[in-house]
Amino acid sequence: MTWLPAVVDSVLRAALVAELTVINGKGEPITHPLIPLWDGERIYMTSSVLFSRKVEHIKRNPKVSVAVTDPVATGGMPTRCTVQGDARILEDDPHESWMQIMPLWRAKEPAIDTFLGKRFALPLFFERSLIEITPRRALVWEDGDVTKVPQEALAPGTTS
Amino acid sequence: MNIDRDLFRRLGAYSHVVISWVGDDGYPLQTAATLAADAGADEIRITPPGLAVPTDRVVNVIASHIRPKPGEGYDERRYISLWGRVHAAGGGLAFRPERAWGWDEDDIPFFEYAERSNHQASKYLSRLSRERGVAVKPRLSPVWTFLLATRLPFLTATFVPILLGLAIAARDGVFHWGFAIATVIAGAAVHIGLNVANDVFDTLSGADDANVNPTQFSGGSRVIQYGLVSLRGMTMISATGYVIGIGLGLYLVVARGSLELLAIGVVGVLISVFYTAPPFRLVHRGLGEITTGLGFGPVMVLGAYTVQTGRLDWEPLIASIPVGIFIALVLYVNEIPDRAGDAAVGKRTLPVRWDQSAVARGFLLAAAAAFLLIAVAAPIGVLPRPTLIALVTVPLAFEVYRGIQRHYNSPYELMATMGKNVQLHLVAGLLLFAGYIISVIADRIDHAIAAIGAARLIGG
Repeated sequence: MTWLPAVVDSVLRAALVAELTVINGKGEPITHPLIPLWDGERIYMTSSVLFSRKVEHIKRNPKVSVAVTDPVATGGMPTRCTVQGDARILEDDPHESWMQIMPLWRAKEPAIDTFLGKRFALPLFFERSLIEITPRRALVWEDGDVTKVPQEALAPGTTS
Repeated sequence: MNIDRDLFRRLGAYSHVVISWVGDDGYPLQTAATLAADAGADEIRITPPGLAVPTDRVVNVIASHIRPKPGEGYDERRYISLWGRVHAAGGGLAFRPERAWGWDEDDIPFFEYAERSNHQASKYLSRLSRERGVAVKPRLSPVWTFLLATRLPFLTATFVPILLGLAIAARDGVFHWGFAIATVIAGAAVHIGLNVANDVFDTLSGADDANVNPTQFSGGSRVIQYGLVSLRGMTMISATGYVIGIGLGLYLVVARGSLELLAIGVVGVLISVFYTAPPFRLVHRGLGEITTGLGFGPVMVLGAYTVQTGRLDWEPLIASIPVGIFIALVLYVNEIPDRAGDAAVGKRTLPVRWDQSAVARGFLLAAAAAFLLIAVAAPIGVLPRPTLIALVTVPLAFEVYRGIQRHYNSPYELMATMGKNVQLHLVAGLLLFAGYIISVIADRIDHAIAAIGAARLIGG
């Protein structure tokens, strides 16, 4: 069971896109829109080797945050949230290690099976790294009004 | 710092932005915010969010969009990402971008976006290999890798003219199964050698690397660019194809004792090798279409005919012309999306030399010449009359012509046209072949009837 507020759990389950922020070599933030895959405990994202700079940044600095901000991408849910966490890269075999999260991916993007069936057409796209994020702090704007101060939730044992 | 003002204008189309910065605890922090994009200024005004945005460090502002598609996923992917600093202004916040980046799949299709990133993939996998001390490479199944590397489906360009040459020989009353099979294998092997050599030389010249719009019909197999097969591996595959093809060809020359066949084989191999190989690099000189038409037309049809009969004849030469034209047109249309990459490395194909109107007219004239030859030669008996059925593909040629006019500058939309053009070569060629087969069967029936009549006369 996750310590994240139920509303964050719901938003993460619904979101088709989230903004992943990583920190580059100069200590500056870089944000990437990616599909967030939530198994109830950790957030997973995948990155093709074609677009692997974010993975290089995470390897240097695993501190990341994930924001869900677009009600259009959450089926109309107004809640917005930011989840900070620690990431690690799983890529024992970039050809297929990432496929362990296919059930979660398929649930949000059923067309992925069609694309995967044609991986010969774009083979590098399906050489991928898996980004596993363990949440440590969440900020929540339950009604989506970001001009308000957000509610804060912390992972057990974490101090703000 | 100048930022493209078009980006400011585009920002106005997004419902909100996400501001990111690195917090004092070292973790990134993000908040959504609404903005008023001002195309007349260098700044963006932001409604102050509840979470205090620091003014003493670089922040990243990103606006992104998707359109959910229930049951599929989403499309209309686009985003704009800007870096700069925030400062207080007029009771609110202002953001002055210093650099920007973005992608809109309406402007750059995903396939092109991915192709432009091949270098990053290669760099990343090299680094991963160094970290682990073992090579980490992309891979596909051996079957798919072979199919891609050799571009095996394009072997129809070999099968059609060889089948036609065999059919013409059969109509002349000659058919030897063993020689026919050896001819098909030899032709296919040389064709594979050519396809793979083309990739090797296009990689060495930089043409394939410069091409960011490959399609399933154009831009080479990409197996070298994707790291699936090494340049050395491709060279070996090409050499193996040529060794098998030349070896079988020499066997057929000796078996038939035909110097004409030797001459045809030498011409075929030289055309094939110097299509992209230095010093001639025929395709770089605008001769690719002619040499392709010659190689997959007269050389293949006459070669297959001569293997069977041991002699040359005018009929297979005439029958080979439309087949050669249609196969040359496959190359010609497939060169359209490659023209920017080809031009960049001095590969001056006809679509590089000509404008859209001339390329479209060139297609129409060449296709018309092929059909006209059939329409004239069949009724006067130079070709068998049943070969007239190949004319049913005239509407297909018009579809290709219209496709060239409509999608000339859209490589991915042109793909359907390229597919139809391949169909044109295949269907027209197979119908010519079918015309000969019908003619052979008709001749056999005539002979049988004549024989029965003669037997009755003798018996009567």
